[in-house]
Amino acid sequence: MQSRHVESFEDWRNQARQLIAAEISPREVCFRENSSQAELFGATNTPQEKLPAARPFRVDRKFMQLADRVVCHRDVDRYDLLYRILWRLTHGEPKLMQVTVDDDIYRASMMEKAVRRDAHKMKAFVRFCQVETESDREKYVAWHEPDHKVLRLIAPFFARRFRGMDWTILTPDESVSWDGKQFAWGPGVPMSQRPRADSLEELWKTYYASIFNPARLKTKAMKAEMPVRYWKTLPEAELIDDLIRKANTRTESMISHREGVAFTAERYLPEDLTVESFQAGLAQCDACSLCEHATQVIAGEGPVPSRLVLVGEQPGDQEDLVGRPFIGPAGQILNQALQDAGIRRDEVYLTNAVKHFKFEERGKQRLHKRPNVSEVTACHPWLQAEFLLTVPRVVVCLGSTAAQAVLGRGFKIQTSRGQFFSGPHDCEAIATYHPSAALRVRDVKRKEEIIRHLTEDLRRAAEKAKA
Amino acid sequence: MDTRQKLEILADAAKYDASCASSGSKQTRRGSQIGSTEGMGICHSYTPDGRCVSLLKILLTNYCIFDCTFCVNRVSSDTPRARFSVDEVVQLTLQFYKRNYIEGLFLSSGIIQNADYTMQQLTMVAKKLRSEHQYGGYIHLKTIPGCSDELIHEAGRWADRLSVNIELPTQNDLKQLAPEKDSTQIVTAMDTVKTRIDETKADKKQGFKAPSYAPAGQSTQLIVGATETPDATILQTVTSLYQDQRLRRVYYSAYSPIPHADARLPGMAPPLVREHRLYQADWLLRFYGFSADELFSPQQQNLPLDIDPKLAWTLANRDRFPVDINRADREMLLRIPGIGSRSVGRILQIRKHRSLSVADLKKLRVAWKRAAPFVITTDANPSLKLLDSLQLKQKTSTERQLSLFDAIDSARSGEV
Ligand code: SF4
Repeated sequence: MQSRHVESFEDWRNQARQLIAAEISPREVCFRENSSQAELFGATNTPQEKLPAARPFRVDRKFMQLADRVVCHRDVDRYDLLYRILWRLTHGEPKLMQVTVDDDIYRASMMEKAVRRDAHKMKAFVRFCQVETESDREKYVAWHEPDHKVLRLIAPFFARRFRGMDWTILTPDESVSWDGKQFAWGPGVPMSQRPRADSLEELWKTYYASIFNPARLKTKAMKAEMPVRYWKTLPEAELIDDLIRKANTRTESMISHREGVAFTAERYLPEDLTVESFQAGLAQCDACSLCEHATQVIAGEGPVPSRLVLVGEQPGDQEDLVGRPFIGPAGQILNQALQDAGIRRDEVYLTNAVKHFKFEERGKQRLHKRPNVSEVTACHPWLQAEFLLTVPRVVVCLGSTAAQAVLGRGFKIQTSRGQFFSGPHDCEAIATYHPSAALRVRDVKRKEEIIRHLTEDLRRAAEKAKA
Repeated sequence: MDTRQKLEILADAAKYDASCASSGSKQTRRGSQIGSTEGMGICHSYTPDGRCVSLLKILLTNYCIFDCTFCVNRVSSDTPRARFSVDEVVQLTLQFYKRNYIEGLFLSSGIIQNADYTMQQLTMVAKKLRSEHQYGGYIHLKTIPGCSDELIHEAGRWADRLSVNIELPTQNDLKQLAPEKDSTQIVTAMDTVKTRIDETKADKKQGFKAPSYAPAGQSTQLIVGATETPDATILQTVTSLYQDQRLRRVYYSAYSPIPHADARLPGMAPPLVREHRLYQADWLLRFYGFSADELFSPQQQNLPLDIDPKLAWTLANRDRFPVDINRADREMLLRIPGIGSRSVGRILQIRKHRSLSVADLKKLRVAWKRAAPFVITTDANPSLKLLDSLQLKQKTSTERQLSLFDAIDSARSGEV
C-alpha cells in the first residue's frame, strides 16, 4: 500500500495517469492532500516513490468533467474514489459513467452535486462592498465562506460578469483578485478581516423589505434555498425575523383597508363647506382632464337643504353652454316626468355625478361621451359635498353612472331599478332610468315604458321624502 | 421624495407580479463591461414568502390612468404614488448589480399619459443601460398593450425578455374587472413580439448579423381566482398562448388581497394550492405531452386541490397501468406519477446497458411512494397490488393537508 500526496487536481491527474500505466490497483494506493498552509506554499519534499512515465490513454469525457468538480469537495476520500472509477473505466468497464446507479458513480455524482450547488450559491451570495481606490476603475471586495473549495470554479464567472471593474473575493481557504485582465491568487482570509458595510446596503434592504409579500409566508422554502449559514454576509438577513413577525398584521391591514381614491377633487374641497365656498372650489377644479375642453363647470341647483336630490350623469351640450343642469332635451323629459309625478322642479336639488361635459367632436357636433370610472371617482368629492349641503332624505340616481357613483361600482340598474337602498349619510337611495334613455330608443312603446317607470320611481321617491 | 422612499413605494407595488425568472438569454451581449447572461438565472436572495429575489423588480411609476379592479395601482386607489426618473432606475440597477445583489432588472409601469409615452420611458431605461453603460445583465420589460409596433421593436432590441400581461383568462373576465383593457390589443402586442423574434431567428439562420431581439423570448401573467373562470378554461387559453404566440412562460398569480380591494373581490386570497396546481398542470402541458383536455372532464372543470394533476390523471386512467419501466416508451414513462422528465431521460439511458430494479429507481430519486403501485421492475414490487385497491388515492398521495401558506413555490419548478 502506498500513500501519495496530492497538491492540486492537475497533480492528481498526472500521478493517476502514471499509476494506471504502472498497473497499480486502487487497493494498493491511497491519496492524501497536503492540507496545511505550510505545505501548500512551501516546497514539498515528501518522499514519493518515482513512477514510470505514463503512456497516454483516453477515458470518457464525462469522467473528466465529473472529476473537475469532485476535487473541490472537502471529503478526504475524493481522490481515492476518483482513482477507483478511473481504474474501472480503464479495466473493462468503459461505459461505467453511464451507469449512474453504480455505487461509485452515485457517490461521486452526489459529491459533484454538492459542489455544483455550493458553487451556484456562491454566485448568488457573494456580496461586494465598494472600497476606496486610486485607480479610475471602481474597486469592490467581498468575503464569502463556501462549503467546498469552489473559488477556482467560480472565478471565471465573476470575471465574465464584472469585466469592467476591479474586484477581490476572499474566502477562508484562498482569495482571488481581478484587474480586468487576469486573476491574482492569494492566501485565505478569516471572517474578521472582511470588508466593512457598503453605503448602498440601506437601499438594498429597503428593496428587500418592500418586495416581500406578507400575504404569503413560506419561511421553510426560504431557508431551504438560502441556508442560514450564508446569512452572515447578507445584509438583508437581519430584517428577516422582523418581517416574519409583522407579516400577519401587515396582511390584515392590507385586507381591511377600505377603498379610497387617488387623485381627486378632494384637494379643492373647502374646509368650511357652504354653498359659496363649494362653488368657489368647484370653479377651480382640474382634478381630471375634462375641465380642459368643457366650457364651464356645472354645479347642482336647487334648494339647500333639500329633502329630495336627483343625480344625473354629467352635463350635456346645452348645459355646458348655458351653465345649468338639465336644460337640454333630456331636461325636457325630466321636467315632464317631475310634473307628472306631482313634483315641482324648484323643490328638488338637481345635480350630476360628473360636473364637466365630456364629448367627442364630430364635425360641428359635440357628441356626449360617457365619463369613465376615474373621472367619476375624481369628481366624487363634489357630489359628497352636495350631499353634505343638502342633507337629502332620498337620493334618486338617474341612470347607471349616477347609480354606481352613489351606490357602488357593482350596481346594476337592469336588476335593481326601483328598489330602495341605504344611501349616503343614512338617506334612502333609489335608481331609475336617466331621462335620456327615453331619447335613445326608437320603439314608441319602449319609450313610453321608460318614461312611465321614471315617473313612477320619482313619485315613490317624493312620497318617501315627504314622510 | 428621495430615492429610498420611491423605492419603497415602487417595489411594493411590483410585489404582486409573479414573474421573476431571469433565465433564457444564453449569450452575454458583446462588449459588455458590467453584467452577463449565461442561460441560467441566479437567485440572489429569498424573502420570507419563499420567493427568490433575482431581479430588481420595480415600477417606473405606479400612477395609472386605468381602473382595473384587481390592481392596486388603478386610478381610483388611494395608494401612495411615486415616479422614478429614467436615470434613477438606471443608477439603481447598475449599483445593485455591481454589488452582486441582483441578476438584472424587471421594469414595469402604470400607464401614464398614454401607452406610447409609457413604453418610450421604459425603453429609454433599457437603452441607456445598454448603450451608455455597457450593461450586459438581464432586462425584462413589461410591454404596454396598445403602444405602437415601432416601440415594441425598439424595446426588444435592448431587452432580453418582453412580456404582455394577459391578466385575466377570458375576454369576459376582462370586461368585468378591467373594462379598459382589451384582449385583442394584448394578443396583437404578443403577435408583434412573436413575429419579430421569428424574423430575427430567420435572419440569423441565413447568416445575417441581425441585432438580437428579446433573446429570452416573451412571457405573460394571469391572475387566478379573481373571477369564477375554471381551470379548464384557463389552461385552454394558456395552451393557445404556448402554441400560437409561442410564449416561453405563463405565470399564474393567485389573486392576493390588495389594499383597498374593490368590494366585488374576495377579501381573502384563494388557496395558493390552486396556483400551485396550475403550475403543475402547465408543466405537464409543456414537458410531459399532456393536453389540457385530458386533465378535465365535463363534471370536473377545476384541477383537484388534494392531489397533483398527474396523479389525478393516473387514477382516472388506471387501465393503462402498471407500466414496465424496462420496456415502456418515453411517452408512457412520462405519465407515471412521481417520475420526472429528467428521471425518464436517465432511465432510458441506463436501460441500454442493464435493466432497472426498485433500488435503482430509488437511487434516481423518483418519488417512490407515489410511483410504486404503477410500475413493473425486474424485481418483485409488492405495491403493485395496490393498483386495484380503493385506497389507492390515499396510499399514493403523500401530501399533507396543504394550508394557505404552505404550498411549495412552484413558479420556478412545477415539476411533478
Ligand atoms: S369631473 Fe370633477 S374633478 Fe374632473 S374636472 Fe370636472 S369637476 Fe373637476
